[in-house]
Amino acid sequence: MDLPKEIEILFRENSELAKKLSEEISKLTPKVIEKTGLERIKIMNFCGTHEWTTTHYGIRSLMPEEVELIAGPGCPVCVTPSSDIKNMIKLAMDGYVVYTFGDAYKLPTVSHYKEGIGSLASAKASGADVRIVYSFVDAIEDAKTHGKPSVFFGLGFETTAPSYAVLFKKEVIPKNLMFYSSLKLTAPAAIYAIKIHKMSKRSPVSGVIGPGHVSTIVGSKGWDFFPEEFGIPAVVSGFEPVDILTAVLTILKDLYTGKAKLTDLEYKRVVTRDGNIYAQDAVREIFRTTDTIWRGIGNIPNSGLDLRDPFKEFNAKLQLNIKENPWDYDLPPGCKCNEVTLGTAYPTDCPLFMKACTPSRPWGPCMVSLEGSCAVWARFGSSQRVLNLMKEVRE
Amino acid sequence: MRKMDKITIAHGNGGKETQQLLQRYLFSKLPEELKRTPGGVGIDYPDDGALVSNLVISTDSHTVNPYFFPGGSIGKLAVSGTLNDVIMMGGRPTAILDSIIVSEGFPLPSLDKIIDDMISVLREYKIPLIGGDFKVIPSDSMKGIVINTVGLGISKRPIVDKIRPGDSIIVTGPIGTHGAVIAALQYGIGTSLESDAKPLMKLLDLFEKFDQDIHAARDPTRGGLAATLNEWAQLSGEMIVVEEKKIPVLEEVKSISSMTGIDPLSLASEGVGVIALPSEKENEVLEELNKLGFTPAVIGRVLNPKDIENNSLVILRTLAGGTRILEMPVGDIVPRIC
Repeated sequence: MDLPKEIEILFRENSELAKKLSEEISKLTPKVIEKTGLERIKIMNFCGTHEWTTTHYGIRSLMPEEVELIAGPGCPVCVTPSSDIKNMIKLAMDGYVVYTFGDAYKLPTVSHYKEGIGSLASAKASGADVRIVYSFVDAIEDAKTHGKPSVFFGLGFETTAPSYAVLFKKEVIPKNLMFYSSLKLTAPAAIYAIKIHKMSKRSPVSGVIGPGHVSTIVGSKGWDFFPEEFGIPAVVSGFEPVDILTAVLTILKDLYTGKAKLTDLEYKRVVTRDGNIYAQDAVREIFRTTDTIWRGIGNIPNSGLDLRDPFKEFNAKLQLNIKENPWDYDLPPGCKCNEVTLGTAYPTDCPLFMKACTPSRPWGPCMVSLEGSCAVWARFGSSQRVLNLMKEVRE
Repeated sequence: MRKMDKITIAHGNGGKETQQLLQRYLFSKLPEELKRTPGGVGIDYPDDGALVSNLVISTDSHTVNPYFFPGGSIGKLAVSGTLNDVIMMGGRPTAILDSIIVSEGFPLPSLDKIIDDMISVLREYKIPLIGGDFKVIPSDSMKGIVINTVGLGISKRPIVDKIRPGDSIIVTGPIGTHGAVIAALQYGIGTSLESDAKPLMKLLDLFEKFDQDIHAARDPTRGGLAATLNEWAQLSGEMIVVEEKKIPVLEEVKSISSMTGIDPLSLASEGVGVIALPSEKENEVLEELNKLGFTPAVIGRVLNPKDIENNSLVILRTLAGGTRILEMPVGDIVPRIC
């Protein structure tokens, strides 16, 4: 038996189960509304890949009108502040070899470093040595071969942090390679987003789909604060359509019973309740939490990671005396990436979407990364329009 | 136009950016009477080629990295791609011309093999190569090889793509295979898959037999099935609804696609036809295609949208039973990083 194939059929191509789940969702929704008094049931995801699944498989079109699926902060590239990119550009222009992931390579700064240089890509075009890598390991291997002073642009969420930490633990990093941390933590930003929805006149978030990848590290218990502190059901979900539909149904059931105390775990085939303890310890040993800036949003306390003191010789910010200035609004004019990131606007609410801002010429950061909500919507169609379209194709 | 505007790879993706660029910098500059010969099909009609009375002419420049791939080479592709463009307009190919541009330093044995591959397709289908050009470019201004081919064909009844409500959409085999092979090679993914590149000569028998009924025919190369269906929807103003689960895609193409994040619907096929015809004729055509050795499938239908807002859209019913708009491919095709 081809097990991966079987799993795929079960969760991805299982249109019968998907149909049953969406029927259950439609049946339960009015009951939940009656019992809770909510006008709308807003469910937020915190992972670019969940947004991809939701959009790619047209999951929104399977929801009753009162159930709204929205994307929260789930794309590390989208929230990397302009100041970090500018710092990396400066290092590249000063002669350091700069290593970056492909998505961050194209990320624009809000104002140019100097005429014509507004991204690492344009720095490279102007002669700087910027190299795209797929991992920190690739950067280490490459830096060893040339020995030139180099900096790695270390961005990512909890999923990526352990892959950096383990290499510091193993002491395999050459002296000529420094690390510039732009690491971010999902939970503080998730809380921030939930609070924004609560404070504004918009309907509050009623349920949370916990990020499956991040949860492999932090465990489903990492999201217990949602039910415990905010009374919001949370479900850690996988990335296939049936996973998402099951998560939505579970959230509705939790809302109906009002009994959810802990995070539900739908993605049992990969995630455990406690997560990966070794990875958690490694991250704790190497990194400390810091306040950090989220692009378009500003400073969120304790939402970042930076190297601890014993590793300061590798810390690019310390060694190269890079000052962290207070946050300046860092989105280009008209861009609504901050609202899209916090789930208070859909990509289609932005006047620039698919006009001045397209995947081939992105204006805002949410269009740059393939994980960004705007880039996902650009490739797979506006999810709002499909509700109208359903009327055309219903048999 | 901004001052710093430059051509990007995305401008050549065969999708939205290519359309917009051509519209702005080429079609809009040509006076109407210079876009076509009287009564013919001309440059701004997004079909496979041009039509001058009953003569079908098509031209295509081929670049592919790497030049040799499982199931073919740039040589085989350059000939079969252009033959297919002629065939998909209902033309029986009579001859081709070629124009080869190589960079200085290009290995001669590779050129020899590439030309052998071109000639072996021509021999198999008895198509004369009646003219051409050969140029060498200094190595600092170009790398590798570009092959342009021009195909000529005669058509008794040309197929000028125009889908109509009530049409069924049929594909003649699994889609995206060629694109998946190239993606796998470029991203270093091991695969036993072979490109589907081949001339679709046999389809001519079908086209001649059902000549009144073929409303549109296309081989979905660059931009894949998504681009072809979107062009048809835009040309006609109608709405196309396709069922994802009915679209044949080889298992290995699916896995390459999930590894790279590239939708199989935007991956090129080089030996598959997409055909639109009245649904009453669907079974007869399927039977004929099976007889000709194809593995066809009906993947969707054409509707006249009730709401004018939905004109010219392609709608996909997903595997999960949901609905989304199948967009014209946008951006450059790159893998997802995480």
